Amino acid sequence: MASDRSASLSISITELTKSYGDVFALNTVSIDVKAGEFLTLLGPSGSGKTTLLMAIAGFNRPDSGRICFGDHDVTVLPPHKREVGMVFQNYALFPHMSVFENVAFPLKLRKIGTEEKHQRVMEALKTVQLSDYAERGIDQLSGGQRQRVALARAFVFGPKILLMDEPLSALDKKLREEMQIELKQLHRQLGVTTVYVTHDQREALTMSDRIAVINEGELAQIGTPREIYNAPASHFVAGFIGESSSVPVTRDTAGNLLYDNIKIGKAPAGSKDKKWSLVIRPERLSLTEPKARKTAGRIYFQGKISELVYQGETAIIMIRLNDGQELTARVNTRAGDDVDTLSVGQSLRVAIDKKDMIIIPGEAR
Amino acid sequence: MPTPLSENTDALNADKLKAAERRETLTILALTLPAIIAVFLVIVVPVGWLFSLSFLDSSGQLSLDNYQKMIEYKSYIRVFKTTFNVSFLTTFLCILIGYPLAYFLSQIPKKYVGLFMLTVLLPFWTSLLVRTYAWLVMLQRNGLINNFAIELGIWDTPVKLAHNLNGTLIGMVHIMLPFLVLPLYAAMRRIDRHALQAAANLGATPVQAFWQVFVPLSLPGVVAGSLIVFVLCLGFYVTPAVLGGGKVILVSMQITAILEDQFNWGAASALGVVLLVATFAVLLLASRFLKLDSVMFGRR
Amino acid sequence: MMWFRSAASETQITHGQRIWLYCLAFIIMCLLVIPTVIVIPMSFSDSQYLEFPPQEWSLRWYQEYLDTPRWMNATVTSFKVAALTMLVATPFGTMAAYGLFVSGSRLGKAVFFLLMTPMIVPVILIAIGTFYVFGKVGLVNSTLGLVLAHTVLSVPIVMIIITSALRTYDLNQERVAQSLGSTRIRAFFEITLPQLKFSIMTAALLAFLTSFDEVIISIFLSGGGNSTLTKQMFSALRDYIDPTIAAISTLMIVLSTGLMLGLQFIGDKDTRND
Repeated sequence: MASDRSASLSISITELTKSYGDVFALNTVSIDVKAGEFLTLLGPSGSGKTTLLMAIAGFNRPDSGRICFGDHDVTVLPPHKREVGMVFQNYALFPHMSVFENVAFPLKLRKIGTEEKHQRVMEALKTVQLSDYAERGIDQLSGGQRQRVALARAFVFGPKILLMDEPLSALDKKLREEMQIELKQLHRQLGVTTVYVTHDQREALTMSDRIAVINEGELAQIGTPREIYNAPASHFVAGFIGESSSVPVTRDTAGNLLYDNIKIGKAPAGSKDKKWSLVIRPERLSLTEPKARKTAGRIYFQGKISELVYQGETAIIMIRLNDGQELTARVNTRAGDDVDTLSVGQSLRVAIDKKDMIIIPGEAR
Repeated sequence: MPTPLSENTDALNADKLKAAERRETLTILALTLPAIIAVFLVIVVPVGWLFSLSFLDSSGQLSLDNYQKMIEYKSYIRVFKTTFNVSFLTTFLCILIGYPLAYFLSQIPKKYVGLFMLTVLLPFWTSLLVRTYAWLVMLQRNGLINNFAIELGIWDTPVKLAHNLNGTLIGMVHIMLPFLVLPLYAAMRRIDRHALQAAANLGATPVQAFWQVFVPLSLPGVVAGSLIVFVLCLGFYVTPAVLGGGKVILVSMQITAILEDQFNWGAASALGVVLLVATFAVLLLASRFLKLDSVMFGRR
Repeated sequence: MMWFRSAASETQITHGQRIWLYCLAFIIMCLLVIPTVIVIPMSFSDSQYLEFPPQEWSLRWYQEYLDTPRWMNATVTSFKVAALTMLVATPFGTMAAYGLFVSGSRLGKAVFFLLMTPMIVPVILIAIGTFYVFGKVGLVNSTLGLVLAHTVLSVPIVMIIITSALRTYDLNQERVAQSLGSTRIRAFFEITLPQLKFSIMTAALLAFLTSFDEVIISIFLSGGGNSTLTKQMFSALRDYIDPTIAAISTLMIVLSTGLMLGLQFIGDKDTRND
């Protein structure tokens, strides 16, 4: 199956709301998924990401809002008419059917002829590398193999949209990482719009074209993995993806944001936030010579090492700054490098380039 | 902060979605319609009719005559007393005999349970009449038990075991025992083994662990089983009718007798209503102790 | 004798110390089984007084059963009613259980309670109530009336069995089937139903036996030529002890035990094949 982006549809979700009692599972969420892209819905348990996916599939009727596939309004369309392929966390294969029959099921429903059905099923099985398993029973397959059968079944009938609900979470780490790459390659091959749900941020970063971070029923931020990682818009996103530490930043009457009396940025016009934070990714901090001159374009932090943790390829250095704040730095360990000379209690000065700074309104918890 | 939904009446598609939701709920509940109609015809209407009949006196006028008679006539009061006594005694004996058996079954390794459980299931699967008949044959004057006892010299003259309270109790306990053992066994199996290990580790002897940890944890099972047995006994007819010999009269038998002899629907239905109310009262009390509906109800 | 000293439970009590429990349990199990099966050997006794052990063995009571039209008609009636009950109660109960399980609405809880009332209301009341109401519409002594009443008695049991089967069943399979293009109904019939096969068989069998063994309602609602076997047996028990009842009892024991054991056997084979 050649990649054919025109064969996939965009999804537009407008003001989707669903509540259970007086709890909002989804609160006027609006997202536009581009045709052919791999979008991940990322968030902690209970954030509403699965609820959103189920609403797109039609298994969950929202209280209000609109869902469109391309130009087609599917909001009240029943699930069996939506033409989406779906993979569940526990695969939900049909145990009373063989591998072939499972994958052939959607084709049988569409009354595809025996010849063509056979051909398409075998093609799908070939794509997931299970050609020899067609006649096997489901109980004879391993977890990873079942996963692939579920996948083959989901795309064999050529849907324009693919939905996946944490499909890899039941697999062990190594298999999971292998499957992540395979899924990414499959997506490139099929070119189908894919919406993927996970709570694992590394998985999201690995596989997605874009990530939509969901928290407590609301869209926290949507962007490419780079954007989400390098420019998180809130403390939640900054904390959920990757590691970070933060220090408070003051705002003066003119709207300038200052750390250590150095201007690091400016509050946007009309912003009412009085408290701001400087969020720092640990790998962006570099060790500096204590007596060396400060370079412009960098912010410096002075403190004492409170903890030193060797982790093989990198080492974590926890620093207690002179003003009491805690920072975490992560440095590469290389033979003969500074790290070995460090010890707990030692004074240390670290620096971050201004371009690596993440400035967010509000205070870290 | 978005506005709460109740204020946001023109939310996108809210009305269309609600209509679709309603349609689906009704379709699904329609699946239950045949069963509902059947239950309506067989339970709701007849019991309702009985209810109304109980408030009509012999001339067909609205009155509390029937209920008054129940409080006045000693025979009715005796019937209620007998019913409650028999029910209590049966339940008590079932617990006494059933608890050790359930305990035994819960302690042996799971693979052997099937075989031993058969001894509980066999009577359970056997028709009520067959079991009652068996006891009649065994307990009567020249029945099995008397014959054996006289042969072995345990007693000299036949003891009256049937057609009295003893016979009734023996028969009812035998019939009700599986109803206690089965739920009690299930409850005992669910008891966390680690609790007993912890007790032993903290210094309890096996006997202490049993009385202070196991027994309290098994009580909900005992209550559940006892309730089933008690409620069944309240309305029981066949066994006491056959083994009681006309001397042990329970409510159900009194109701039948009134209908057979006098065709007095007012009195019979009044008795029936009291039986129903008593049954519901017992169950209501029980539902305070146990979460009955969570056992049965599924979730999407 | 090593077994005596091995531990029997977490508290390290030994089997030897528990001997009294094993003996007691054994006695109770005997007390449960013996009265149930004692009629079997007695039914082969030649004497009018049903001796145990039988001094002379014969099949005369079985012959008596087969020769008496009263018993034979009653047997046919019982089988007919039980079979019809099974055929009606199983789909009624299965549909209701499925509908309630999948819906989860608040109305569902009320419906569930309503459908459980046949188990809560004392049977004697159902018997006299239906006797009165059915009498007014001429349904007494009719097969239809009895089947209706027995169906209602069986529906709760069917529902409990099917609901418990649904709880261990992965309903996601139906959702997947829908996402692949199948309507709800088709998904139920092609995906769910085949996997509920065993539970449905169990429910059907229990519905059959519930009707076949039922006494009180049959006493009131069946009569004359349409009497059930249980009604005839009950009358015979009350009035005199007809030894033929021993033969009939044996046959009934064989029927219900055979069916239930057969079901277990099929169930084990089923799980072994998976």
